Amino acid sequence: MQKSLHINPDKCTGCLQCEMACSYENYGIFNTAKSRIKVFDFHHTGRKVPYTCTQCDEAWCLHACPVEAIKIDAATGAKVVLEDVCVGCKVCTIACPFGTVNYVADTGKVQKCDLCGGEPACADACPTGAITYIDASWTGLDRMKQWADKLGNQPSAV
Amino acid sequence: MSWAGKILRVNLTAGTCTSEPLKMDWARRYLGQRGLATKYFVEEVDAKVDPLSIDNKIIWATGPLTGTMASTGGRYSVITKGPLTGAIACSNSGGYWGAELKMAGWDMVIVEGRSAKPVYLSISDDVAELRDASHLWGKTVWQTEAIIKTAHQDPLTRVSSIGRAGESLVLYAAIVNDLHRAAGRSGVGAVAGSKNLKAIAVRGTKGVGNIHDPKAFMKVTKEKKQILHDHPVTGQGLPTYGTQVLMNVINETGSLPTRNHRDSQFESASRIGAEAMAEKRPTDGKSQLVTNQACFGCTIACGRISKIDETHFSVVNKPEYWGASGGLEYEAAWALGAAPGVSDLEALQYANLLCNEDGMDPISFGATVGAVFELYEMGVLTKEQIGIEAPFGSAQALCKLAEMTVKCEGFGKEIAQGSKRLTAKYGHPELSMSVKGQEFPAYDARGIQGMGLTYATSNRGACHLRSYTVASEVLGIPVKTDPLVTEGKAELVKAFQDATAAFDSSGICVFTTFAWTTADLAPQVAAACGDEFTLESLTEIGERIWNMERDFNNRAGFTRKDDDLPKRLKTEPAKTGPAKGLVSGIDKMIPEYYEIRGWDQEGRLKPETRARLGL
Repeated sequence: MQKSLHINPDKCTGCLQCEMACSYENYGIFNTAKSRIKVFDFHHTGRKVPYTCTQCDEAWCLHACPVEAIKIDAATGAKVVLEDVCVGCKVCTIACPFGTVNYVADTGKVQKCDLCGGEPACADACPTGAITYIDASWTGLDRMKQWADKLGNQPSAV
Repeated sequence: MSWAGKILRVNLTAGTCTSEPLKMDWARRYLGQRGLATKYFVEEVDAKVDPLSIDNKIIWATGPLTGTMASTGGRYSVITKGPLTGAIACSNSGGYWGAELKMAGWDMVIVEGRSAKPVYLSISDDVAELRDASHLWGKTVWQTEAIIKTAHQDPLTRVSSIGRAGESLVLYAAIVNDLHRAAGRSGVGAVAGSKNLKAIAVRGTKGVGNIHDPKAFMKVTKEKKQILHDHPVTGQGLPTYGTQVLMNVINETGSLPTRNHRDSQFESASRIGAEAMAEKRPTDGKSQLVTNQACFGCTIACGRISKIDETHFSVVNKPEYWGASGGLEYEAAWALGAAPGVSDLEALQYANLLCNEDGMDPISFGATVGAVFELYEMGVLTKEQIGIEAPFGSAQALCKLAEMTVKCEGFGKEIAQGSKRLTAKYGHPELSMSVKGQEFPAYDARGIQGMGLTYATSNRGACHLRSYTVASEVLGIPVKTDPLVTEGKAELVKAFQDATAAFDSSGICVFTTFAWTTADLAPQVAAACGDEFTLESLTEIGERIWNMERDFNNRAGFTRKDDDLPKRLKTEPAKTGPAKGLVSGIDKMIPEYYEIRGWDQEGRLKPETRARLGL
């Protein structure tokens, strides 16, 4: 079963545990500036929204790369940057419609979410369940359940 | 080792920014943040210094766990000699700024001297420089943050700044970061203002590494997060209701100070607490509370994000206040509500927004307004003097006085001096509900006896965050004690004071102590900083810090007579509730407390105490 990261902004409190977990997993350091998932705080509405790569099937970044430095991890479906192949040309960062591939000045390479090889650290660190790692074919299950509950599982009006 | 190992010294007179290695022998004895910065402060600054003079210093300091994955590890403190009290001041804030400073590679920033013109400090990793802030002077905290982010072309910059209250030297001006998190008390913002320092803008991309044992750290911090998650207060009460969960609870114990402590129960408590914030308003069908919010690294998320009623008189035609913003927290809701007897929830939120917007402590402001209302009702102050009719309960007066005070206009100039100076000026010093010049927070010392001792002995003047015995006396954490008796309170207060000093010096939020004890903090500090940190050593560090602060205050001129409560709490019994007929037993508790502390009868450290703690 392929899984995908599933984000529910309603549950996000803006604690940034996900950003620290991401940087620790990939660089061995707590550094939100190196996180591949970012939490956006829309303070006029009070909404906090975590955002990262959705692992497009037909990935623009992968197709744009001139040196084939972005490969598909067969086990997870993640589009993974091969650091030793990447030349830091940044074309993928232009190609990605969502902005989730970014250049890292320290290394001269790009970075993006690689799902941590199937055990995403961000989902593990999230204290509220705003980020989960679930069946890629059923990311709508929870929402369906909520509506199903409304439709048929409420106390009868009569 | 978790410390960055580096401090930034900024001399505003000379306009210089210099990097220094952190004194690691001090770090091991005073940990970080509150303890370590206070050590630097007391070594460098004369205790007799005028707080608003060029010779005072002000330090922004993180702890070793700031910027790590330890839950709530995002705190910083501002340490200086406070202008409201003349005592050591240490105000703690959350949000994201502290972690950003640490990730830029700095444990603390020591600011000394005074700039000839307004400046702000810009830190981008290793590069620190003073920049002109003429265009920012006269701007609010909210404007300052936006202008700096735009000018730096960097939305990820974090800003800690003063608003107009700090510029105008309101004696309880705050320093505010991330729009609505504040180093709120004792007037640290006025010290920044006196130095012409508007803000510190930080961008950190270096991160926090050097963890002593990273694997052990990840394991133990995860276990401790689970404890917070499973505890009814940190896992349910605080995220759902925020600190406002306390309003009805404290009122029921008969310890909600009302109308400048004339009463100890507020008949309208239920209209200004958590339940009221969650209720749908008749005007727009929405509740004031929008959502909860966490500070950096916090898995509790007690913060309140609210929207004011757009039709409320205070914000008609003022769309800048209509968006979601911080508030109300319990202490602010009490100070702006029960203390002046105001029950209009939207008015409270408006005054709270002004406190955030311009950097002002809502506790001291609201409590001072309570004293003004009492003087008005006594006929000592008139409508002409104040500029508005000011009886207890007036939401209009509360809002207008908040507007006047943040800008130090009209009678706001007087309120900006705090209740001690204001009531003395008008001949009624007994009406200042304060200790060492700092106003009480939201617990009545007649109904929660331990809090009376907490206030009287707090090193920064009356404060609930120095030993929150409410946890024990009301909530039964870690053990239930009787709030109405003085027996055993000296030991209880000492234990809370020492433990809190350790938490405040670690980078962790004191709210974790609803679920954690120092035994839960110790293994996290040990994994981050080194195995020598244990329950015993952290407790001793806490006690050392407490005594160091006390020693500074003694040298500043504070004596036994300053460890006291206002006459009202000692002679006017509580009129209603479980504490009916009781006054504070402070005079009985103080000698017991001095004895346990190892102080003499005048409250000075005995030589053997000094020797034992290595002071």
